Amino acid sequence: MSKHTVTIEINGSSITREVDSRLLLVHFLREELVMTGTHIGCDTSHCGACTVLIDGRSVKSCTLFTMQANGKSLTTIEGMETEGKLHPLQEGFHQEHGLQCGFCTPGMIMRAAELLDKNPNPTEEEIRWGISGNLCRCTGYVNIIKAVQYAAEKIQKEAT
Amino acid sequence: MNGPKTSVEVGGMGHNIKRKEDARFIRGQGKYTDDVVLPGMLHMDIVRSPYAYAKIKSINTDNAMAIPGVHAVITGEVLEGYNLHWMPTLMSDTQMVLPTDTVMYQSQEVAAVIADDRYIAADGVEAVEVEYEPMQAVVDPFKAMEADAPVLRTDKEGKTDNHIWHWETGDAEKTEEAFQAADVVVKEKVYLPRIHVASIETCGCVASFDPVEGKLTVWMTTQAPHAIRTVVALVAGHVGLSEEKIRIISPDIGGGFGGKVPVYPGYVIAIASSVVIGKPVKWVEDRSENLQADSFARDYHMDVELAASNSGKMEALRIKTVADHGYTDAAANPSKYPAGMFSICTGSYDIKNAFTEMDAYYTNKPPGGIAYRCSFRVTEAVHAIERIVDVLALKLGRDPADLRMQNFIQPEDFPYQSALGWEYDSGNYPRALKLAMEKIGYEELRREQKEKRERGELMGIGISSFTEIVGAGPSKDFDILGIKMFDSCELRIHPTGKAIARFGTKSQGQGHETTYAQILAEELGIPSSQIQIEEGDTDTAPYGLGTYASRSTPTAGAAAAKAAHKIREKARKIAAHLLEASEEDLEWEVGKFFVKGSPEQAKTIQEIAFAAYTNHPQGLEPGLEATHYYDPPNMTFPFGSYICVVDIDRKTGEIKIRRFVAIDDCGNIINPMIVEGQIHGGLTQGLAPAMYEELIYDEQGNILNGSFMDYLLPTSVETPNWETEQTITPSPHHPLGAKGVAESPTVGAPPAIANAVVDALSHLGVENIDIPITPFKVWQVFQEKGAAA
Ligand code: FES
Ligand code: FES
Repeated sequence: MSKHTVTIEINGSSITREVDSRLLLVHFLREELVMTGTHIGCDTSHCGACTVLIDGRSVKSCTLFTMQANGKSLTTIEGMETEGKLHPLQEGFHQEHGLQCGFCTPGMIMRAAELLDKNPNPTEEEIRWGISGNLCRCTGYVNIIKAVQYAAEKIQKEAT
Repeated sequence: MNGPKTSVEVGGMGHNIKRKEDARFIRGQGKYTDDVVLPGMLHMDIVRSPYAYAKIKSINTDNAMAIPGVHAVITGEVLEGYNLHWMPTLMSDTQMVLPTDTVMYQSQEVAAVIADDRYIAADGVEAVEVEYEPMQAVVDPFKAMEADAPVLRTDKEGKTDNHIWHWETGDAEKTEEAFQAADVVVKEKVYLPRIHVASIETCGCVASFDPVEGKLTVWMTTQAPHAIRTVVALVAGHVGLSEEKIRIISPDIGGGFGGKVPVYPGYVIAIASSVVIGKPVKWVEDRSENLQADSFARDYHMDVELAASNSGKMEALRIKTVADHGYTDAAANPSKYPAGMFSICTGSYDIKNAFTEMDAYYTNKPPGGIAYRCSFRVTEAVHAIERIVDVLALKLGRDPADLRMQNFIQPEDFPYQSALGWEYDSGNYPRALKLAMEKIGYEELRREQKEKRERGELMGIGISSFTEIVGAGPSKDFDILGIKMFDSCELRIHPTGKAIARFGTKSQGQGHETTYAQILAEELGIPSSQIQIEEGDTDTAPYGLGTYASRSTPTAGAAAAKAAHKIREKARKIAAHLLEASEEDLEWEVGKFFVKGSPEQAKTIQEIAFAAYTNHPQGLEPGLEATHYYDPPNMTFPFGSYICVVDIDRKTGEIKIRRFVAIDDCGNIINPMIVEGQIHGGLTQGLAPAMYEELIYDEQGNILNGSFMDYLLPTSVETPNWETEQTITPSPHHPLGAKGVAESPTVGAPPAIANAVVDALSHLGVENIDIPITPFKVWQVFQEKGAAA
């Protein structure tokens, strides 16, 4: 198995490691770096539990080799709280009861982060389509949508 | 109940307390089984059968063992050396852990590779060479029951057919007489297909055997850690695993829905491997393995008959069912109830005569069947009755709401003795249906439907007025493998008046850390924010049978209330001592005892707690702790009425749910926000089998949709905006008047949706469409009925 050196900025810190060429990014995060907030819910790129941001774009980290993230900047759920302050999405999920078992939650939050970045004031329909690549088996999505709306409002308020 | 009794600060029942458990989950700090990492831990991956039925001619592990990093390949033969190649199922059937000669279903575990990491383990799986001799699989239970069908369970001595059990209940004769005498009889074949719970976290474990201490610790995706500990002790006692040296830890669980009740071979192999190799072994199945091999739900073929008078009075119900259990009966029902709570099938109606019988069969499909978010086969029962009521309405030309109203068990009839032997605790069915009708604007919708029909547009309105039966259960009737189905709470009040409580249940997203604390806050006046809740570690938590079948609130919730009452009894003694009053003169009011008539003479629970450790009355034991094992006197019977409105595209058969109103009654409510969340989730897991989900097999027993590629879970796009509201009819026998809620919507939603679709098509002569109702099925109806646009 050939090895490669990768340097990835993860939640603001630069990390350099030797990795196997076949090592999936999600396993790199979970097993090499023991950052277990990013989850695995399927083997066909359908559930979105593994979603992270790469250079601001939400990506299913089970679908990428670690090497492909070389030189890029990654944000995971562990990087969303800054200086002891929750990200508005994290706050929104808590306030609106947008999670139950919590397994889909990190992926949902990361996906929604890009969504709000691109579309700060989405309609309900846009949120529904926007998170449709992420499965949740517990909540029925209603409160997840409210959580995203909560965050959208909060981000806008903070910006003004 | 009129609003919360406690202040927001205390946060007892009825408050919308935000969940405590969220803090770790929203930060990615939850600790699920796959997050457990131990020094020296090895990884396990499983070789699975490509055939549904085959002889194993040979297994060659040499190439796999030659891969650097592979430590062991475990086969049936290896396990046989320890007599661990078979295990009992929860239904006292038997199941292979690993086969020694035959595979019985596709994706069955054939061997396991233990390696340094999961990639090497997967390489090892690829390198194991298995030679099979395929045999003709029996996939259809109706074929399995034929006289000349091959006998599948040749491991069972003397077995001459594929029949597992026959079960019946009710009065066959009286029911037959009522059918003979009735004006009208309707019949329908209703099939509830195989489905899968597909919690987003799959199953897995980390087994760690410490050879020095002889102690086994297993982190495991289980809804019932205590039962698992006992099962492990019973099946592996002969290899030296003794119950005091077994610790099962159920960490955070990423959804259960019944799928994490059974013991799967993977767990046992991982445990055996850890014992043999002496190192921790992690096994986490992938999604495809989860869908293809773990317990399915449903798979009931039901013949449903309902007899009524011309005026619409329901006289008798009869249901005959063929149950397909796959390779072995690995359901997770209470022992006495092989068909679970199917006998709730008379539903919300006063039907005096009923008889139901069922025959279960083996086939070459994965074993099961578990409950998929319902209290043991209630979904099947509710679907049968709620569909057949609509068929009757159609036959009589009656409005389905009206016909239901006419036949409901009336509020004054409770406690109600059902024809199939249950005592319903409480209910107000007309109120729930009336509220649903008002909320959705039923009359107006019927008018609209009439107009649309005249224009050739398809719109349907479907009702489901279900009754659930949850909270298993009273020890006189309920056990699993002999263990009675009580549940427990152990409560300790600390000197500073804070508390910790541990339970025999295990949350998988239900929010017990929040709701149990609210129950205790309600009963003791200690703020719920100061009450720590723990579950899932068998070394610390009191024994209990776990969380499934909506049993947590009915059993462990009640245990919490009872434990709190014990604390209060002792607190009264301490307060009397502190206030120099007699115990009888003291009165309790949330959070304190005071002297009758002089409320200023009071001691708070915090003061009392401190005194319990610093100044207890002589002769009384110090400390302030209590444990309660709650054996429920009866089941609880949550209920509800749902109304669904659908619009159907005349060209494509596409079904759009326009509105869905759900009125639920789960008795007194602990946390309205959580109850609503549970209902949203339950409704979505009702929508799923109603419109999308089915595990499909071909005639060779190959699964045709064994991954998320084509086993369709509803996404945010398909899921409608649920409109929910609750009525409250407390349970008279539960200490909190609560009933349990999480499964009602999964049970109630499918027939509401099916009834709506059938209602949209009934004028074309459609009486029933089996779920999942896909656009293709509807389109086929158009073709058949010559109604294509
Ligand atoms: S793990 Fe399911 S999409 Fe990545
Ligand atoms: S909260 Fe459990 S899967 Fe979404």
